[in-house]
Amino acid sequence: MIGNIIKKEFKELFLISTLLPIVVIAIVFGSVGNVIGNVGETLKEKPVIGIVDMDDGNFSDIAMSVLTQNAKVVYNGSDAEGGLEEVRKENGVALLVIPENFSQNIYANHPGEIEIYWIMKGAGMMDSISSSVGEGLIQSVNQEISKNLIQQDSPLDPALVLNPTKRIDTTFFKGKEIEGLSPSQLSNMLNSQSIVIPIVIMMLIIMAGSSVISSMGLEKENKTLETLLTLPVRRSHIVIGKMVGSALVGMIMAAIYMLGFSRYMSSFQSSDINLANFGLSLGMPDYLLVGISLFVALLAGLSLCIVLGTFAKNYRSGQTLIFPITALAMISMFTIMFKDFDTIPLALRILLFAIPFSHPMMAMRALMLDNYWLVIGGIAYTAVFTVIMIWIAVRIFNSDRLLTGSVRRRVALGKLAWGFRR
Amino acid sequence: MKAVEVRELVKDYGNFRAINGISFEVKEGEVFGLIGPNGAGKTTALRTIATLLQITSGSITVFGYELPKEAGEVRKIISYLPEEAGAYKNLTGKDYLNFIAKFFGDGEKFQNIVQKGLEIANLGERINDKVDTYSKGMTRRLLVGRALMVNPKLAILDEPTTGLDVINAQEVRRIINSAVEAGVAVLLSSHNMLEVEFLCHRIALINDGRIIASGTAEELKKEYDARNIEEAFVKAIK
Repeated sequence: MIGNIIKKEFKELFLISTLLPIVVIAIVFGSVGNVIGNVGETLKEKPVIGIVDMDDGNFSDIAMSVLTQNAKVVYNGSDAEGGLEEVRKENGVALLVIPENFSQNIYANHPGEIEIYWIMKGAGMMDSISSSVGEGLIQSVNQEISKNLIQQDSPLDPALVLNPTKRIDTTFFKGKEIEGLSPSQLSNMLNSQSIVIPIVIMMLIIMAGSSVISSMGLEKENKTLETLLTLPVRRSHIVIGKMVGSALVGMIMAAIYMLGFSRYMSSFQSSDINLANFGLSLGMPDYLLVGISLFVALLAGLSLCIVLGTFAKNYRSGQTLIFPITALAMISMFTIMFKDFDTIPLALRILLFAIPFSHPMMAMRALMLDNYWLVIGGIAYTAVFTVIMIWIAVRIFNSDRLLTGSVRRRVALGKLAWGFRR
Repeated sequence: MKAVEVRELVKDYGNFRAINGISFEVKEGEVFGLIGPNGAGKTTALRTIATLLQITSGSITVFGYELPKEAGEVRKIISYLPEEAGAYKNLTGKDYLNFIAKFFGDGEKFQNIVQKGLEIANLGERINDKVDTYSKGMTRRLLVGRALMVNPKLAILDEPTTGLDVINAQEVRRIINSAVEAGVAVLLSSHNMLEVEFLCHRIALINDGRIIASGTAEELKKEYDARNIEEAFVKAIK
């Protein structure tokens, strides 16, 4: 008897619609796990650097000893430009220049300056790991010189003994030369947006998408759809009306959510670095592009949701159908948080570009770095995606699928075009 | 002009043929009933005429407009009441009537449509309550009001009294009769053969997607030597 009940429960609950979201979430977490798994390897690897030592003193010898032991040195010469080129070629992280009088300055009670020319590849959280390892290396140099000064019972200022070197950072990032910032400082600044903006967009897409799918599910559950479809209104107007109405509801819901979230995030973030001072600010045209990108992405998400919503049998099944949208938004969000578009593998780059929600998530960072083509290309792609989805939605609204769950096979393409005009 | 003209209509769902070559006409100001058992094809026929389903083959014209080519024009002059229709639960009854009326007119015309809907639904003060709080009979009266307030030339009513108690069913029949007196053509389906006999000027008996007999109630009873339409139907399908 109990076996019979278990069998019935299992059959009723173990459905593709129940299973699919779990599979998708497992895949998303698996993918994120794979990416994070590489962090350990990156941390174990010796950083690739170049060195230009123009000082022949004791302390530069100590520095050279630490650097050659703990890093893979691909250039050791006297030409800074040539060294930088070599480091770039070898996919290295930085060129360190130890200037003349480095040791002499320390003996003269002045910090010894080390010029570091960083080559930054991406601004994602994980893109700055290799440069963080490089920064650790400089710290080791500092410590070894400090140790040496203590061992020599140096009469120098104790503050200098504890911190005898000073970094002069210059970061090369996507064609820009940013003086005074290390990759980790730059990355931290850019990441404060990389975290908040993708989450805002993800919430907006999910909230608005959920509204439109639920609306379709409710139309079927409340048996109002048939009436709506026999009213003298164009199918395309029904589709667009549902999209815009849901977008408004979604925006209000996301705004309320984000009020709390931004307050939460601001409690962790404090920085007195102004990116505008480094030529990394956005002008009005840039903000306009970000707005357009966000608007078309929202429309794209909603048009996709309305197509999915046509499969909803009722409110409950509508809620399940939001999961593919959530999964896509999460893939975009996590990838953009952790990696830069330019530093991810090609397959993932294609996937990221194909997901319309990715584009507004990437837009601000791309515009700061003058990568207009990525943003404009993204807007164009998303707009085309939206038009195709709306066209499909209108086709479905004109077909029997909404009411019968099946689409009658059509042979004539002319009929397809005709349907959109109705 | 004929209100509806259906010729050799066929409707397939995949490999299943729901309607198999039916033909009938509905005249202006006439109540025409499709009667038959569950799965006979009544709802499919009504949905196809109401522009909801595609035609597999055959033809349908509504007041001279051809389907599916002129579906937009047809939707302006018909009103369809599905069998288990509902209204938006978070709207009040009045808001629901307003929502529908806006598709049919502005200004004074809009006001007149809503006023007519309020009169037909006759829900008193409850019209200002949310639909969610209505009984089945109240919801049905609201929906009948919605269907007839827009002054359609053709009302397509699928099982208009199903699930209603005697009092509410009688009220709905009275509303339909009033609409017909005002000149509306009505195409309805029903399981309730006595209701059909009472309401319809002409009847088509439908079974397995085919019309097996049609005519006035008297003609059908005479043809099958039956005391009522129910008996005529049973004899017709044998």
